[in-house]
Amino acid sequence: MIREQLDKYRPLFEEGGRFAKFFPIFEATETFVLTSGAVTKGAAHIRDALDTKRYMVMVIVALLPTVFMGAWNAGYQHNLAFGESTGFFSSMIVGLWYTLPIIIVSYTVGGIWEVLFAVVRKHEINEGFLVTGLLFPLTLPPNIPLWQVAVGISFGVVIGKEVFGGTGMNIFNPALTARAFVFFAFPAFISGDQVWIANYMGNSEQAVQGISGATPLLAVASGDLGAKATSVLAGIHQAHDLMNYSWWNCFIGFIPGSIGETSTVACLIGAAILISTGIGSWRTIVGCLVGMIAMSMVLNSFAGPGRNPMLSLPPYWHFVVGSFAFGSVYMATDPVSGSVTDVGKWIYGILIGIVCVLIRCVNPAYPEGMMLAILLMNIFATTIDHFVVQQNIRQRRLAHAG
Amino acid sequence: MEDQIIHLASLAVKAIFIDNILLAYFLGMCSFLACSKKIDTAVGLGLAVVVVLTITAPANWLIYEFFLKKGALTWLGGSRFADVDLSFLKLISFIGVIAAMVQIVEMVLDRFSQKLYAALGIFLPLITVNCAILGSSLFMVEREYNFPESIVFGFGSGVGWALAIISLASIRQKLRYSNIPPGLRGLGITFLITGLMSLGFMCFQGIQLGNPAG
Repeated sequence: MIREQLDKYRPLFEEGGRFAKFFPIFEATETFVLTSGAVTKGAAHIRDALDTKRYMVMVIVALLPTVFMGAWNAGYQHNLAFGESTGFFSSMIVGLWYTLPIIIVSYTVGGIWEVLFAVVRKHEINEGFLVTGLLFPLTLPPNIPLWQVAVGISFGVVIGKEVFGGTGMNIFNPALTARAFVFFAFPAFISGDQVWIANYMGNSEQAVQGISGATPLLAVASGDLGAKATSVLAGIHQAHDLMNYSWWNCFIGFIPGSIGETSTVACLIGAAILISTGIGSWRTIVGCLVGMIAMSMVLNSFAGPGRNPMLSLPPYWHFVVGSFAFGSVYMATDPVSGSVTDVGKWIYGILIGIVCVLIRCVNPAYPEGMMLAILLMNIFATTIDHFVVQQNIRQRRLAHAG
Repeated sequence: MEDQIIHLASLAVKAIFIDNILLAYFLGMCSFLACSKKIDTAVGLGLAVVVVLTITAPANWLIYEFFLKKGALTWLGGSRFADVDLSFLKLISFIGVIAAMVQIVEMVLDRFSQKLYAALGIFLPLITVNCAILGSSLFMVEREYNFPESIVFGFGSGVGWALAIISLASIRQKLRYSNIPPGLRGLGITFLITGLMSLGFMCFQGIQLGNPAG
């Protein structure tokens, strides 16, 4: 039936039709609802149901747990902070009230750019955009002003992706580019960042009580805005000594934070989906873990009384707080902006883990390092690949010579 | 002694990553943009810059310290020279030293690595006017480094520059398969990439390495 409808309108969009210019939109609708009509013609080809469209849709599926947990948690934190019912449904509704507009704005604005470029440059609209448009809001704090979401996603889609020629040709992960742009352009609004680390031990109630609660959730974010990084870090140190049980809260995700980043468990479900379908590389993810564990062990050995308390944060805490899990599962595994060779993936992942922990612990300016670490490694991903390939060539040559 | 080594090591890290001469100060852009189409050339040019910087920074330090600085000439004899301040000659003498050093590196390359010499071609003499090299000599004076520090700083700046140009070259090699809008091909997209790269390098900003442990 859909087929009939589509075929009815097809002539309008084809060469010479009235809307010929908008063919990409038609094509996108068609292939999104139905499988692609274009079949590989030619002698040798691989038959695989997995084209980029389905590929990207799988990522969306893998993202759903984090969206779900993120929305729930955003509402839960809000209700907790304001002493309202923290039941599942009331939390979910409040959470969606905050998260849905962000996602919708991200999709609409990003979608407009994507379609605009597709129409002008006559390439297909690609589902890669759906991933970017969902990843980006998940890295934002729930109270971010919507116009910033719009500006951010515009920057990410246009500068991060479209100027390079569209999906698959970009150097940097568009969602990360967007996030970094917002982070550096409007630090005051996204330093919800600094605050969700400050509050992640469940101190948010106290933070909120000082403020009358006029602006929901903004209170959570602005509570400790002026707090110095050092005292924030000291807070973490004490808290993780005092409240052992809250590791589980961090793991499951009941901590204030960016929408998608809080729940490690949801990220792990996503990781399972990505790895089992072969879309995300387990090498990159494990590499991130290895790098993170190694680096935090090294820093742990530096830790001592009077030193930066962040240094003594053990690896299993690094794993659950902040965006480490989210970043390594969804951002680092991006096949376009990451390394593609197997050895390269290991190096890439390990370096991400190392840089992430370094930024978290050593750089007082930024409490969270995962996003920036991945962005930095995006720069070097192709370099790593190049040298891995060169090394391969050299070894082969040696093997043949011998 | 141990403190000294840690201090120098953190200075090197600072020069390579935090104060990356290219991505944080945007010095040496001309050859960075012009010479980054192929990785091999980029590696060669990066190495040449590392070598030249490691030599010129301390050489310029010596010249500044013993000839140009206010009161530097006192070793010539007595207090007559105590008031002589030749630091207005800083720019021109630094450029002279750099030019001479580049010439020497060129001769050495010509003698020992014909291949690299041919690959670098015109860009080797162009290092003379690479602002990254003059820039780090001037930074060195401004930040009042001592002799070992100037060696480390020169080396670190060079490595940072090389790192940046090699990664840009590999990105540009990959971009050959990209469908970039015609108006942006070439320099346009390279400028954009450079901007995004320095966005990535901003993650190091604010790191205080004076005391790495805390």
